[in-house]
Amino acid sequence: MPKVTIDGIVVEVAAGSTILQAAEQAGIEIPRFCYHERLSIAGNCRMCLVEVEKTPPKPIASCGYPVADGMVVHTDSPMVRKGRRGVMEFLLINHPLDCPICDQGGECDLQDQAMGFGADHSRYDENKRAVPDKNLGPLVKTSMNRCIHCTRCIRFITEVAGVPDLGATARGEHMEVGTYVEKALGSELSGNIIDLCPVGALTSKPYAFVARPWELQKVDSIDVLDAVGTNIRIDARGTEVLRILPRINEDVNEEWLGDKSRFALDGLKRRRLDRPWVRENGKLRAATWDQAFDAIATKLKGLSGDRIGAIAGDLVDAESVLALKDLLASLGSTNVDCRQDGARLDASRRDFYCFNTSIAGIEEADAILIVGSNPRKEAPVLNARIRKAWAASGLPVAVIGSETDLTYPVLHLGTGPSVLTDLHSGSNAFATILANAKKPMIIVGQGALARPDGTAILAAAWRLAAHVGALSFDWHGFNILHTAAGRVGALDLGFVPGPNGKGVDAMLDGGLDLLWLLGADGFDSARIAAGTFVVYQGHHGDAGAQRADVILPGAAYTEKSGTYVNTEGRAQRGFKAVYPPGEAREDWTILRAFSAIIGKTLPYDTIEALRARMEQINPVFGRVGFMPRFGCSDHTGPAGDPSVLSDAPLVSTVPNYYATDPISRASPTMAACIEAQSQPALAAE
Amino acid sequence: MAFLDRTARSLVLGELVAGMALTLRYFFKPKVTINYPYEKGPISPRFKGEHALRRYPNGEERCIACKLCEAICPAQAITIEAEPRDDGSRRTTRYDIDMTKCIYCGLCEEACPVDAIVEGPNFEFATETREELMYNKDKLLANGDRWEPELARRLELDAPYR
Repeated sequence: MPKVTIDGIVVEVAAGSTILQAAEQAGIEIPRFCYHERLSIAGNCRMCLVEVEKTPPKPIASCGYPVADGMVVHTDSPMVRKGRRGVMEFLLINHPLDCPICDQGGECDLQDQAMGFGADHSRYDENKRAVPDKNLGPLVKTSMNRCIHCTRCIRFITEVAGVPDLGATARGEHMEVGTYVEKALGSELSGNIIDLCPVGALTSKPYAFVARPWELQKVDSIDVLDAVGTNIRIDARGTEVLRILPRINEDVNEEWLGDKSRFALDGLKRRRLDRPWVRENGKLRAATWDQAFDAIATKLKGLSGDRIGAIAGDLVDAESVLALKDLLASLGSTNVDCRQDGARLDASRRDFYCFNTSIAGIEEADAILIVGSNPRKEAPVLNARIRKAWAASGLPVAVIGSETDLTYPVLHLGTGPSVLTDLHSGSNAFATILANAKKPMIIVGQGALARPDGTAILAAAWRLAAHVGALSFDWHGFNILHTAAGRVGALDLGFVPGPNGKGVDAMLDGGLDLLWLLGADGFDSARIAAGTFVVYQGHHGDAGAQRADVILPGAAYTEKSGTYVNTEGRAQRGFKAVYPPGEAREDWTILRAFSAIIGKTLPYDTIEALRARMEQINPVFGRVGFMPRFGCSDHTGPAGDPSVLSDAPLVSTVPNYYATDPISRASPTMAACIEAQSQPALAAE
Repeated sequence: MAFLDRTARSLVLGELVAGMALTLRYFFKPKVTINYPYEKGPISPRFKGEHALRRYPNGEERCIACKLCEAICPAQAITIEAEPRDDGSRRTTRYDIDMTKCIYCGLCEEACPVDAIVEGPNFEFATETREELMYNKDKLLANGDRWEPELARRLELDAPYR
């Protein structure tokens, strides 16, 4: 490995690294605009100039210059400083002086670096360049006068998102970044170009002019609008969540965030349940907590345990799931289920319902089979990881299910689950590819499981995984891709029907007198049998709340501290950013308070005690943020006969990426996205 | 001897005469007090009095909601909320100054990139209730409209020193 000396610090770096990467390793920061460690190297901003000894006496752009053994680099010599000052002066020639009205103000790379390398005045007297703004749809606001042509956005949308919508036209001063023909960005990751833009040329449209970065309180949290468990930072002011940004977590989301997770936050302010309601004579009446609890307690009196049941929704945190399970257990009921969409998930073993390969593990795979899932819509950040693996190694990806653009080339094997049988018997050509692959992956989506023959498909997929060698001591290639953030956590806590317990279908079809919905909106509420007394505990007035007899207002994910287990089985913790609105409370405290009213007090008074109990039930909850990867030693498959497959085509459970849950359905921004999607060519504004 | 001298002076009312002479001297000197509120002393162009939000000569409000005054205010007396106006420009929807918190340091004026928020020459804005000292955007703009000639004049006078 070459040894280089940077500002007197000797570092040994991997061959092929650039000077900028070597400097990073030595702890020296080199200013840059166009270079980004997750994008290809463009070398067009020239801000990263350094001086290298024994080369022609001119500054060198360090981002694209490979290191050589014995190289001596100066990053702060008079020549370097003069060079950077010159580059900064050129960048500022056409950059408007509108920092006070720019949303990037206060967190702008150009602003920061102009403090170091900018002059106190301009020597440029001509007119500045004027570029018309582009309409990139309802999420990204443009102000193209500010663009410094770093091309980060173009490289991101082409390389990472895989939707080559953006490009540059013309050259030099006349260069413009845009979509050629005016249209909304077609990527689910388009919000990331806002973060990538080093200046204020691309900013968030819903957040336009709303706040300054120094006003915001920043709280670490976990996204719940898909099951990837993206690490996010919630920026709030007062009682309002104003924006959501990704945090870097190499194992989960790298530094990307899906558009829904980023922009659906205005749904947190609309259609909220902020006080308890009780249905009287067919009409909901505003009530106090005591009245609501009394109504439930009266109904509960004399009910036997098997007539009581609970369904947990998609956005619930593990703490409230456990509190609900314990409450039901104290009432003698094991009628609990978290699979509200009817997915035939097998909770008997953890690797039957987890994304066992892990998200980072996708990069090691050498063949992928996707069954009944559209990862681009169900988990865009995870899809970007598959694309990254494809871009690095060109691995073959095959899909069973509907034919869609996943941003990388896929082999479409068919629509029905019978292809699984063909692959097992070897009559399909892709069977050889899978069998020859050293680390094959099979990804089973909820679209394959939420159907009557889901059990059979699960068993068939497992059988295929075992057959092609996806299950070995050091590689677990069987994966379930979830769409619900709370699902894996609930399965880990055993929130599934106990012995003789009723599942979702039995509960809805009139098997119960009292049904407790914990944020469950994922099914048609008309399916609930007429005589059932429904308690809805949640944060949005969505499908479940309409049918409810008693509504208990809960907290959304930004308003409570909660543990979520992502599709990989990684437990992660989010913290409270703002208080719930009105009378609403954190969900586990509601259940704890109700348990005291009916005299079955739950044995925990603090969230720490509750978490200790969670850890007791499943040690996964003791390893927050950390997930060991296991191989598979036991090839026994999930229960189910892999041969009774129906011919119905496999379809994704996420028909519309922008409306999957109560929060995104309540969000005007998401509604605007749906509208923009339906008319790809936007009329000029 | 000193005793006799003192007694003699007292007998001819010497102290009284000296005192009255002093009074008479000041009676004819120019007065240092003024007849406030009918008369007012001169104030510097840099005087930091009541706040005002200024407009451009075409009537457009100057404030662009950059929030620098809010950020620099050491007493945290300024509250601003902003959103895009119908024409897409950046404007405040709320601009409040709590005049009871304000310490009249003038940093808001110094921070303002467009000379929108200024501290004018007016110091007579005492109110009967505390609530009246919570200034909102309308009040501040009205102040600006009322005081604009003087505000422009004092900015002009101070400009050479900025």
